[in-house]
Amino acid sequence: MYPPAIIAEAALNGLLQGAVYALVALGLTLIYGVLHIINFAHGVLLTAAMFAVWAAQTWLGLDPYVSILIVAPLFFGIGYALQRFVIGPASHGDDGNILLVTLGLAIALENGLLALFRSDTRTLAGEAGFAVVPVGPFLLSQPKLVGFVVTLLVAALLWLLLDRTDTGRAIRAVAKEKLGASLVGIDVQHTYAVTFGLGCACLGIAAALLLPSFYVNPRVGNAFVLVAFTIVVLGGMGSIPGALIGGLVIGVVEALCGLYLGDSLGQLGIFLIFILVLLIRPTGLFGAKA
Amino acid sequence: MTTKDWPTLLIVVAIALVPLATSANTVLNFLVFTLIIALAAQGWNILGGYGGQFSFGHAAFFGTGAYVTAILQVRLGVNGWAGFALGIAAGALIGAIIGYLSFRSGLRGSYFALVTLAFAEVLRVVANAAPVTGGAAGLLVRLEPGAANFQFENRAVFVWIALALVAGVLVLTRRMEQSRFGAQLVAVRENEEAARALGVDALATKLKAITLSAAVTAAAGALYVQYFLYVDAGLAFGTWISVEALLAAMAGGKGTVLGPLVGALTLHSLGEVTKAFAGRVPGIDLVIFGLVLVAVVAFAPDGLMGLARRLRGRMRRKAVASEAAA
Repeated sequence: MYPPAIIAEAALNGLLQGAVYALVALGLTLIYGVLHIINFAHGVLLTAAMFAVWAAQTWLGLDPYVSILIVAPLFFGIGYALQRFVIGPASHGDDGNILLVTLGLAIALENGLLALFRSDTRTLAGEAGFAVVPVGPFLLSQPKLVGFVVTLLVAALLWLLLDRTDTGRAIRAVAKEKLGASLVGIDVQHTYAVTFGLGCACLGIAAALLLPSFYVNPRVGNAFVLVAFTIVVLGGMGSIPGALIGGLVIGVVEALCGLYLGDSLGQLGIFLIFILVLLIRPTGLFGAKA
Repeated sequence: MTTKDWPTLLIVVAIALVPLATSANTVLNFLVFTLIIALAAQGWNILGGYGGQFSFGHAAFFGTGAYVTAILQVRLGVNGWAGFALGIAAGALIGAIIGYLSFRSGLRGSYFALVTLAFAEVLRVVANAAPVTGGAAGLLVRLEPGAANFQFENRAVFVWIALALVAGVLVLTRRMEQSRFGAQLVAVRENEEAARALGVDALATKLKAITLSAAVTAAAGALYVQYFLYVDAGLAFGTWISVEALLAAMAGGKGTVLGPLVGALTLHSLGEVTKAFAGRVPGIDLVIFGLVLVAVVAFAPDGLMGLARRLRGRMRRKAVASEAAA
């Protein structure tokens, strides 16, 4: 057994890590909630965003947190274009097709990144990733603490956008009843693309929050995508509070499994939760009945 | 046998003749590997093509076949042929278990794809850490060439064995198409509620399909081990093989007898050509594979077999039209 202080510190660090997972999952669940599709390209888009953040620092000398101002709008644009011009037209509105199209995109993009950047693992220059902040009796990682705060901020902004703006109202209308929405004059295809863009913008922000304490290589997104799927399934597909709470829970579970089982078996806890939730309650903790 | 089967026979005979024409290792290696992929894809096709249940985790079955075959030989000294047979049986068992758990819970569509992916990942993590699988270092099967050990120095023999397995599954799939079970499976794919209303036991049908599907894909994994005499967690349970199996069946034409074989041959020829042009850029062939998948879904949902059928129909219409004109 470990002393309680170590367990508490691991759990707390897991909670902070979970916030960034939640941000990745937020994008996924937003897209699912509105378009009812599982975006298999989500992981590789995160990888691409991380490369963008890396490039912004290495080539332009931009601080990763400042680069959010460029990367988030850029990925909004990429997401908008992907849904509007590739995923939408190619899948003819069939769910099985969308699954396959996003899988095809994921394969092509991941290996495109591999061809461009090779399989080398890159980290950001500088020591900022190792900075710690003492909070009470615990030492917490500074980049993870920043990630936690920014994630809560982004979630709040996203909620405001969905709740208070016309765009948000259009998104919610399309999610509920797309035929009705188009009857009252909402451009459904445009709204789909905006939603997909918002999901990708979340990835842009998550990438900037992750990179100071993490690394990037062409396959790094895969590690996050299954975690994000787990969170989305746990929280209930399409539920934003579900994604937030699910992310925090998964972060803690991962940290504790890692503490007790070691890093290689630590992922096992996440996958088992994933399978159990799917088998027992596929609508998740907060999801509506399918 | 009907005239419909002639193209199939032609392709199989043509592949069988290749080792007589050349003994170049690159050609024979390419053929064995492509046939292994084709076999895995034939397995995927039974569940995904005929049953409409898109699995993203056929690596679970491929890897089980591969690991059981290897572990039995390395740890217990079991004969290669027996290991091969037990590997297939173990794959079928895992298929039945995963199928029972997910179909009983009513998972379909995206949820089924996700859960199969997760099962394969669990197996990968376990295989990467457990001592019996050799952990991250993997397992080497001892080199003992000889027909009694299911090891052959001559690669041509492996081409024929792989081809025999593929041909066996071609016959099996063809007979399944014409059987009561095949008709029920397609009925469940098209409309599960309607099929059930007509008295089809949907759960039993899907279970039978996933078991058969898993056995075929496990055979591909077991053959992989006998050919390369090595396996590790990434090779056996990695997402690459789930994707290859799905992709070959989709590109060739899901729910057709010949689709997976045609798809595997076409994709891998395309991959070799791309590599020849692009040189040693890693992953460039997979970029093409990904784009092919998007293009297939967008423009040719029934794959190459569907395109061929459309072309034949058009030619026949033309022939009829010109006859009528004359």
